[in-house]
Amino acid sequence: MPFIPHSDRDIREMLAVIGAPDIDALFDEIPAELKAGKLTQVPPGISEMEISRLMMERAEADGRYLNFLGAGAYEHHIPAAVWQIATRGEFYSAYTPYQAEASQGTLQLIYEYQTMMTRLTGLGVSNASLYDGGSALGEAVLMAIRASKSSARRVLMPKTVHPLYRAACRTVVGNQNIELVEVDYDPASGQTKLPTDAAECAALVIPQPNFFGVLEDVDAMTDWAHQNGLMAIALVNPMTLAVLKAPGQWGRHDNPNRGADIAVGDGQPLGAPLSSGGPYYGFMCCKQEFVRQMPGRIVGRTVDLNGKPGFALTLQAREQHIRRSKATSNICTNQGLVVTASTLYMSLLGPEGLARVARASHANTVKLVSKLVAAGAENVFTGAYFHEAVIRTSVPNARLLHSLVGQGIVGGYDLSKDYPELGNAILVCATETKTEADLDRYATQMQRIVSKLSEPPPCARK
Amino acid sequence: MLIFEYAHPGRSAHAQLPSEDGTLDDLPANLLRDAPPALPECSELDVVRHYTRLSQKNFSIDTQFYPLGSCTMKYNPRACNSLAMLPQFLARHPHASAETGQGFLQCMYELQEILKDVTGMAGVSLAPMAGAQGEFAGIAMIRAYHESRADHARTEILVPNAAHGTNPATAVMCGYTVREIPTDREGNVELDALQAAVGPQTAGLMLTNPSTLGVFEKSILKIRDIVHGAGGLLYYDGANLNAILGRVKPGAMGFDVIHMNLHKTFSTPHGGGGPGAGPVGVAERLLPFLPVPVVIHENGLYRHAVEADLPQSIGRMSANTGNAGVLLRAYVYARMLGAEGMHRVAEFATLNANYLLAKMRDAGFELAYPARRASHEFIVTLKKLKDETGVTAMDFAKRLLDHGFHAPTTYFPLLVPECLLIEPSETESKETLDAFVEACIKIKQEALANPDLVKGAPYSQPVRRLDDVKAARELDIAYKT
Repeated sequence: MPFIPHSDRDIREMLAVIGAPDIDALFDEIPAELKAGKLTQVPPGISEMEISRLMMERAEADGRYLNFLGAGAYEHHIPAAVWQIATRGEFYSAYTPYQAEASQGTLQLIYEYQTMMTRLTGLGVSNASLYDGGSALGEAVLMAIRASKSSARRVLMPKTVHPLYRAACRTVVGNQNIELVEVDYDPASGQTKLPTDAAECAALVIPQPNFFGVLEDVDAMTDWAHQNGLMAIALVNPMTLAVLKAPGQWGRHDNPNRGADIAVGDGQPLGAPLSSGGPYYGFMCCKQEFVRQMPGRIVGRTVDLNGKPGFALTLQAREQHIRRSKATSNICTNQGLVVTASTLYMSLLGPEGLARVARASHANTVKLVSKLVAAGAENVFTGAYFHEAVIRTSVPNARLLHSLVGQGIVGGYDLSKDYPELGNAILVCATETKTEADLDRYATQMQRIVSKLSEPPPCARK
Repeated sequence: MLIFEYAHPGRSAHAQLPSEDGTLDDLPANLLRDAPPALPECSELDVVRHYTRLSQKNFSIDTQFYPLGSCTMKYNPRACNSLAMLPQFLARHPHASAETGQGFLQCMYELQEILKDVTGMAGVSLAPMAGAQGEFAGIAMIRAYHESRADHARTEILVPNAAHGTNPATAVMCGYTVREIPTDREGNVELDALQAAVGPQTAGLMLTNPSTLGVFEKSILKIRDIVHGAGGLLYYDGANLNAILGRVKPGAMGFDVIHMNLHKTFSTPHGGGGPGAGPVGVAERLLPFLPVPVVIHENGLYRHAVEADLPQSIGRMSANTGNAGVLLRAYVYARMLGAEGMHRVAEFATLNANYLLAKMRDAGFELAYPARRASHEFIVTLKKLKDETGVTAMDFAKRLLDHGFHAPTTYFPLLVPECLLIEPSETESKETLDAFVEACIKIKQEALANPDLVKGAPYSQPVRRLDDVKAARELDIAYKT
């Protein structure tokens, strides 16, 4: 019996102690009419060898592609040590650290993670993680409304925020009478246009870099938010914070309250593989004054009976298992193991390694854009970009991307559905993992496809 | 020692630094950092040794018996991990076209079908990333259903007072008010109170069955009739699905919507607090509202159905596709168990729980519901022990750590004073259960002979009992310097 250790003798002895004739008798309190019939969609069990073969076949069918797609999930090198250590049984198969004395490993690791995130974001507080960047943005909106001095229930949401983040955010906040107000972007630069009106608004979301890869003038946006009495929610890629200004520093130097109030994003770039979308994790940091409005678990350092330093979950009065209907969120299980991997990743890369990843990703993307432009594409925005950029071609996106897949290349994110005004625009990305030869391969295929497919097909010439 | 205390300026894990570098001279200077973030500066060996040592300060299923009630801490098969981490699966981008992920999507489609079958529901979405997010999706669907019928009077969600804290917290996040329903002496929902509570304001009832008290709700069909009779829907909290897997389908009990915790029933790892996976299943009438994406199979191609395919969907739970890697682990587990193995999960989880219950009772421990059969878990109350010796359930739990066992769940459900909620799971052997009972007997003797010994526990862990008050009052949640 897979994963069940009982021998026939064990079963007999155990039933004798219970005083039951057979295992069926243990279900005698369940009404007979509820008994399940045969499972028809569950195939018979197979051995580890058989499932291994099946999974390898399916993995091979999926194959490997040269990837230039980012859009919220980025291909970075992950040191071998990261997942080898993270999947040690002591991390992998431990529960949430409610029994602090028997969970000091996980608890200290989360404390170290929180510290690293506060240093990246320049804010005083980090929680232990949320589910992903999109749902974390939803939690940030809820938190901003709770923490805001005003009773407003509108939040300014730029169109330069990832459309799928906006969608996840809508799901999270959608049932609480909260309005997400779209903010337009400048069609030339690709930067958010500051709205003229902040009436009845509680917060402004500030993406950096924005979904187009373009860098926003975060100082001006943060100051504008604060001048209008709004909370500033930074939506950031943590990898870029190795070199970009920390959200805690956004705004004018002479402003004592400067800095975004809350920073969120997806931790995936810090050690999580692409893996068809997860598991990743959402991170959330905030200014010290808002710590009691924070959702999710937080670890604190304290001392034990003998005065020895140790770690424990703290401020649990915010959470569902204590506060029930008055909790800051219903979140319970979060993304602990991915945070474990991320903490290892940040420790292995260090400040210099992470900065090199950032600089190399930027440099590769700049090179890629120039090669693609030479191959017949157009760089759409004038704004400075970090490690993603919007390009436009004369070929319909679906045909372009499909043709590239045929050449083993995942070419980018199709923007035509969410931004029809941009035409045949795709979002491309080249991280530190790409070599000059990789970039050339993409550019060569782009040139071939653009020159071939932009000609009208023969049947259209009649 | 913290990782930051290893820090040695100028040291690095050199093999991990990209050799290609670049400049940021083309970016506006005011958008750049003036100093690098103070991340650790360590060698690779420093990092590997530090975190390996930290891992050794944890209890885990791989090292200890972990009878944590309501958490289903069963063995996490290693094959599930290694097969979910095949390089092609790890490398696939979530927004790459469906044609680049047919193998992965087929696994997801088949997992949906398996979960539909074991729950008896008409449709499943794998999108929610944890149990609480599955609950959110479920209650949001109930709301969308009532609103689609222009039934705007339904503003209230009912939950038993024994429910998990996530239930009321979820209902509030979905814009509902919460009304609690009392539990009777046998651990059942009080039917009269339920009858009195339902009405045109009732959106639904959230129920765990077997309940958090470790007993099967015998009147479930009456509860169904009361709630449905009032126009409300019935929500199944799948936290305890392990108890009935393959034996009773929640769909057959009349539930309209259910979430499952794959990190419990389908043995994906708890990971020190996630990632989990909380798929939702729905009855026919809620199908249009399922969260996206849902995997569909049409014209020989597996693909994700999105908002355009399901215009009434409650929407996305994440920016991507949910915890795909966790779902792959659950798929591998389900295939290794097969239909006959699913059945055995409930059988042996229940056998182990009832055996442990009988042994504890025979050893003189007081059961919270002595007249009831245990499901996959049961509750011991230490109220008498506390009255006699001052030793609390928490003290008892901490002393178990010294005996090499993780503590059961303590002080939940709140209805039972000084309670231990004990769930052994099907993967533990009789010898392990016997050793646990021996430890409990020993601790009880210690409590009677020398209560201070138990009240001072644990002694064998990396730290003694921690000062939670100091942790909250003198908040130190990030290392300074």
